[in-house]
Amino acid sequence: MSIGDNSRSVAKRFALAGMAMVMVLGSAGVTAQAAPVAVASAGAAPAAATTASPSAPSAAPAVEAAKPATPAYVPMRPTPGKGQPIAGAYGFQNQYSPTGIEALQMHNALLMPVITAVSLLVLGLLLVVVAKFNRRANPVASKFSHNTTLEVVWTLVPVLILVVIAVPSIRLLAHQYKAPTKGAVTVKVTGYQWYWGYKYPDNGDIEVISNILPDAEAIKRGEQPQLGADARMVVPAGEDIRIQTTGSDVIHSFSVPSLWFKLDAIPGRVNEKVMHINEPGVYYGQCSELCGVRHGYMPIVVEALPRPKFDAWIKSQGGTVGAPASTVAAAPLAAKTGA
Amino acid sequence: MASIPADHESFGAHHDDAHDHKPGFFARWFMSTNHKDIGTLYLIFAIFAGVIGGAVSGIMRAELAHPGIQYLGAVASFLGEKNPSFDQQLHLWNVLITAHGLIMVFFMVMPALIGGFGNWFVPIMIGAPDMAFPRMNNISFWLTVSGFCSLMFSAFVPGGVGNGAGTGWTVYAPLSTSGSPGPAVDFAIFSLHLAGAGSILGAVNFITTIFNMRAPGMTLHKMPLFVWSVLVTAFLLLLALPVLAAAITMLLTDRNFGTTFFDPAGGGDPVLYQHLFWFFGHPEVYIMILPGFGIISQIISTFSKKPVFGYLGMAYAMVAIGVVGFIVWAHHMYTTGLSVDTKMYFTAATMVIAVPTGIKIFSWIATMWGGSIEFKSPMVWAIGFIFLFTVGGVTGVVLANGGIDDNLQDTYYVVAHFHYVLSLGAVTSLFAGFFYWFPKMSGRWHSEFLSHLQFYVFFVGVNLIFFPMHFLGTQGMPRRYPDYAPAFELWNTIATKGYMIMSVSMVIFFVNMAYAFTYGRKAEGNYWGEGATTLEWTLSSPPPFHQFETLPVIDGAVTH
Repeated sequence: MSIGDNSRSVAKRFALAGMAMVMVLGSAGVTAQAAPVAVASAGAAPAAATTASPSAPSAAPAVEAAKPATPAYVPMRPTPGKGQPIAGAYGFQNQYSPTGIEALQMHNALLMPVITAVSLLVLGLLLVVVAKFNRRANPVASKFSHNTTLEVVWTLVPVLILVVIAVPSIRLLAHQYKAPTKGAVTVKVTGYQWYWGYKYPDNGDIEVISNILPDAEAIKRGEQPQLGADARMVVPAGEDIRIQTTGSDVIHSFSVPSLWFKLDAIPGRVNEKVMHINEPGVYYGQCSELCGVRHGYMPIVVEALPRPKFDAWIKSQGGTVGAPASTVAAAPLAAKTGA
Repeated sequence: MASIPADHESFGAHHDDAHDHKPGFFARWFMSTNHKDIGTLYLIFAIFAGVIGGAVSGIMRAELAHPGIQYLGAVASFLGEKNPSFDQQLHLWNVLITAHGLIMVFFMVMPALIGGFGNWFVPIMIGAPDMAFPRMNNISFWLTVSGFCSLMFSAFVPGGVGNGAGTGWTVYAPLSTSGSPGPAVDFAIFSLHLAGAGSILGAVNFITTIFNMRAPGMTLHKMPLFVWSVLVTAFLLLLALPVLAAAITMLLTDRNFGTTFFDPAGGGDPVLYQHLFWFFGHPEVYIMILPGFGIISQIISTFSKKPVFGYLGMAYAMVAIGVVGFIVWAHHMYTTGLSVDTKMYFTAATMVIAVPTGIKIFSWIATMWGGSIEFKSPMVWAIGFIFLFTVGGVTGVVLANGGIDDNLQDTYYVVAHFHYVLSLGAVTSLFAGFFYWFPKMSGRWHSEFLSHLQFYVFFVGVNLIFFPMHFLGTQGMPRRYPDYAPAFELWNTIATKGYMIMSVSMVIFFVNMAYAFTYGRKAEGNYWGEGATTLEWTLSSPPPFHQFETLPVIDGAVTH
């Protein structure tokens, strides 16, 4: 709770810095404060609010001028328990990507049983030893110290177990590295100290800047404090997305646990990995590489929309939608809203 | 200083009768060349550093008990920051996690296991009068102390928004270069230079001692496993630390002299630093655990009254762990954008380590099998070690899978894993070794009751701290966060309660020490009886200031 006003000041600071993106190195960043949050697409409240962006030196990259043609974008309300941590839960988050489901399956059906069995085996053997071979039960110690068969067995059996693990593990890696399908949307994710930038180079090079929301604001939007962001990385559901990450100052890491996705954002490099989200929804993550003071305050929010809604969102941000014929259809835009 | 020649004089004068003659206080403890005194110094230093590192983790656990920032401001003011801003409080958090890691790795576990027990018992166990290079031994110790001072000093000079180095113990560039202005990070890096130099000299000393100073008949294959473990560890230190030294020297020149080894703007590469760091860093984790393996082998054998099962397998399993430990480093870097082939290789190579580790676990159990076990406190700690280390080891098999690790990298699952193998593994072996040898080193008995009690309290406490962290990790809570979403609260609160219980066990430890030094009864030479067969049990407790002036001769009997 206590971080509310501070995180707001980060948002403010960025709103000011705008396109300039001065690389405030490390720490020097206690720059001026400015008008309230005015970052693009921060539409907290329904449509009307978008015009209300006040006197802020209309800094933000995406122009949110009212475009009457396209319906206003309303951030999807998250589904409780989906795409985010659940209080008191002890397993992985539910998975919403094909490789995530595969990985979770491998963990739950193979790794967990194996490691549980090994731990219990060792525990059981220890208990037997303690019960049977203590001084009272066994006053005279035997002196054996070799048993070749036994040693060969406990060398080879673990090798076999590891081979059994290695096969699906290598297969999973191969699947995770599959090339994206043709025409996949590209999102270039840039980690800044301490916010995220999402650029859509194939869609008019629009950029969305994403800052943490103050706790109160996050709660109002149905999000968990620390996890809500004023702007989201909006992507189409049900198709491959090419995620490219880079860092602008230090190393950050772009991570979404419910999609089994983590890729470091490293200055001077562009990392690439396919993301595929099975169904529309809001999926949360947090920066996962120590990046300085506000490392814990740069959440990641991915919103997956059906293709037509995604296209509409792109247009609402002033971007362009490349020509897959289907997008023209004014099809059921209002099909499913998370609300 | 002037006192040295005089002291030497007097030492020489009484040479014949003074087999137990000790130099004066200053010369004995500040210019020591005696392996047992240096070992004692290392142990005292490690306990001191451990208290500081443990207190730091106490602040961290208190802060993490509930969401929000509660205590960082107060701690920052306590450390001299006037009206700490929010950013300064968060910076303090990063300083704390950095300090905790560096202190526990370089100034607690390593000095205690290698400097402390290694110095004390390697020469005795091989039947040598002292280490090969006694003066260099002294330099090693004081370099370690200097390194600690440099690290402590760094906490009070600017390191960015606030005082101290907030880079994490891994000191990744560019956060540690362009990302952290101010001298704090330089001092923290320099502390690693000093501690690293001390460890390299120590490694040279151990290798030379073990290869050249074994008593007649003490062949390599008759050496106690603790000596084997220190030998392997010394080789790991000797080969890994120079790489760290190179990497952090490049950090220093990047920071201060305009080089761009790790700066892409000048053709450098931040990932290169990670490769160099983990080429050191992975062997480093075996450096921390191997001596513990050795200690556990001695204890299990002693209290089962049986020779170690599969001695050769045990010794060469450690060699194998050491060798393979050098070719798995990039499993710490699965999310840095490695190619798919690289990830597949490191996945397979990493899993291989489970095999020699499994051999060790099963051989320990086989050593106990058929034995006549006495549950003295070292044995209880050792049995606890086997279980806790197994739990930490199997999560390592999970993390080894590059594809699985994508969701666990840099989460609390990793924190849980390495604390199970280190905090619950290495530290448990430390306490096991401590109670095994304390009467030997001090000549006085600790309270066996308190040692047992400490074990049970410690066992409950650390499991409460670290087991829930697996759940936090699988649910996605990232490491190195001072604040978190409310969904993570339950397990964090439990972990903090576990810390409180664990800290009670530390209080019991110090009460036990106070008891031993005041009321502790005198310990005889071989106080563990028939199972204790290594050479230290042929000496008095404490051993004479100089032992084995006539070298013992090892006959055909197995001594390990």
